[in-house]
Amino acid sequence: MHIFVIGLNHKTAPVAVRERVAFSLERRQEALSRLLEAPEILEGLLLSTCNRVELYACSHDSTSTTARLRKFFEEFHQLKAPMPDEHLYELWDQQAVRHLFRVASSLDSMVLGEPQILGQLKDAFAAAERCRSVGPVLTRLLHKSFSVAKRVRSETGIACQTLSISYAAVELARKIFGSLENRRVLLIGAGEMSELAARHLLDQRTEGLLVANRTLERALRLAARFGGRAVPYKDFPDYLPQADIVLTSTTADDYILHRSQVEKAIRLRRNRPMFFIDIAVPRNIEPAVNQVDNAYLYDIDDLQKVIDANLRERRKAAARAEDIIDQEIDSFLRWLGNLELTPTIRDLRRHCEAIRRRELDKTFARQPGLGSEERLALEACTEAMIRKILHRPLTLIKERRHDGSNEPYLDALRTLFGLDDRPEDEDFR
Amino acid sequence: MRELLFQITLLGYLAASCSYLMHIASGRNRPAQIGSRLLRGSFVLLSLALVASLLPMATTPASRPYLPLSFLAWSVTGIFLWFEGRHRLTVLGAFLAPLSLLLLVFSGALLRRGDGLQPLFESSWFPLHVGLVVLGYAFFALAFIAGVMYLLQERMLKNKHLSALFFRLPSLDSLDLVNHRCLAWGFPLMTLGIITGAAWTHAAWGRYWRWNPKETWALISWLVYAVLLHGRLAIGWRGRRAALLAILGFLCLILAVLGVNLLASELSDTALRAAVKR
Repeated sequence: MHIFVIGLNHKTAPVAVRERVAFSLERRQEALSRLLEAPEILEGLLLSTCNRVELYACSHDSTSTTARLRKFFEEFHQLKAPMPDEHLYELWDQQAVRHLFRVASSLDSMVLGEPQILGQLKDAFAAAERCRSVGPVLTRLLHKSFSVAKRVRSETGIACQTLSISYAAVELARKIFGSLENRRVLLIGAGEMSELAARHLLDQRTEGLLVANRTLERALRLAARFGGRAVPYKDFPDYLPQADIVLTSTTADDYILHRSQVEKAIRLRRNRPMFFIDIAVPRNIEPAVNQVDNAYLYDIDDLQKVIDANLRERRKAAARAEDIIDQEIDSFLRWLGNLELTPTIRDLRRHCEAIRRRELDKTFARQPGLGSEERLALEACTEAMIRKILHRPLTLIKERRHDGSNEPYLDALRTLFGLDDRPEDEDFR
Repeated sequence: MRELLFQITLLGYLAASCSYLMHIASGRNRPAQIGSRLLRGSFVLLSLALVASLLPMATTPASRPYLPLSFLAWSVTGIFLWFEGRHRLTVLGAFLAPLSLLLLVFSGALLRRGDGLQPLFESSWFPLHVGLVVLGYAFFALAFIAGVMYLLQERMLKNKHLSALFFRLPSLDSLDLVNHRCLAWGFPLMTLGIITGAAWTHAAWGRYWRWNPKETWALISWLVYAVLLHGRLAIGWRGRRAALLAILGFLCLILAVLGVNLLASELSDTALRAAVKR
């Protein structure tokens, strides 16, 4: 049994190509059933997201399947010219399994470690299950990929670090304050950026929001949306002592918040820490504020540095994730190998047992004078003969399964003993 | 039997230390979970070992030289396990489990040296004094570790240099809370410990205070903690300053306990012998 994947992603193809071959939600079922019309394709799965379009299939035929998949791709989307090779990747067996595991663990994503892809893969699998296009192999493979993704996430912490400016701000705030519950946020400037950051902060169930903006109207509107309170722009220094987190994003040309003001605010707060986030360019807060005890100031570049550090951590985690994937590939391929081996051995044993039973019955019928002891001896003798005859071939194919070189033998066994010929089986019985 | 129990406890602490260090090095959560479980198990074993070493003895427990150190390891672990769940302080274990292990190894070594009982220690003040002081030490040790971690993390936040360790440290707020809690528990314990110590000194030597280096250093660290407590409660000190004072106070304590105690007794011993020879 072979596993194939053919597809393209954000690394191999630009969005103009990807959008042309994307499978819309309505046509996926149709695509899967048309895919399974091909005789050599036993199981199929379709993953189509904004960053990737992939077809997974499994088949006994190792030579013509990729060509078939590629043709399906082109025919289904009615492409006029064949897909250029540099856009499309074709992987099979171990490579295909590795690819799926990497996709599921978000190692192949545009944003390393982003969590959405696993959900998309689960949806794709559910859709394939609904139209019964997945059988034992792909089902097992997909379940395995989910558990690999889970293992990667819990053992490497790849998704623990955040990669957007506003998430980075939230993370830093949590490093300072622990829980953000009961912390108050002061927004100075009510632009789009501060709205986004405010939303992330308020997701952490902060206590209340104060908004100061040059045009009071906009401050009122933003405050109303988040259940906060607008304060007059010129009075914002008076509200500093109440604020744990201060976020500035005004278009002022000069600093609007100075060290002396922060020192005073911290004193009034009895040294309770304050976190200043300055996402304005040019900056709104005097950099010396960071030197005040218990005050922490991050400007937009500092936040970017945090994100870079997170990215480095993620890369390290990704290296560990590859090790995990290696282990899991081995364990899956072993299962796949056994899948072929086990039924062959079972069929062979059954076949020999049927012959033995038939011949014994004939003998016993012809020799009614045999006592029960002699019958038992004959039973044991024939059973041992079959065991001894089968011993060497079975040992050999079991040994060879690890490097995959047992396939010709499996094939030969099935042909020589006619294990796949149903009618003859009937003859025996 | 008691020996065996003690050895298994040591092994448990060793394993827990390794797990926690692996957590720090790799950033994986699983070793920390294992470490936490190992530490819990070792704590139970150590409790048993301590009870077992109390049972057959007719005399007071604290007069055995190795017991105070084991009791210190026990208290430190106990307080940590008590705090760990509340403040998500898992990483502290990486500092704390090795510290407890070290204390236990020390106490094991002292046990093997087999110091006998001295009549001096047979006052009933003595075990009370040792028990109170050791519990106080345990709180201060935890405040010390939390202080070091606070300074580390505060520096990283200020310099905007976030290393891998940064992501595993607890928040500044919870570290400061540990500082506060430990001070609130440790200071009264230490105060009572010093008072009972004075009472014991009076019973043994007829004087309440002898101004030996140990007592002096204990007094100095008590003063440091008094300043810190006053600063926290009255002036609103917190954060870096509180962490620094907790570290300073503990360094004074270490001088009072280890340095001065062992060194001075060795010194006076050899000096005495030299004088006798002459």
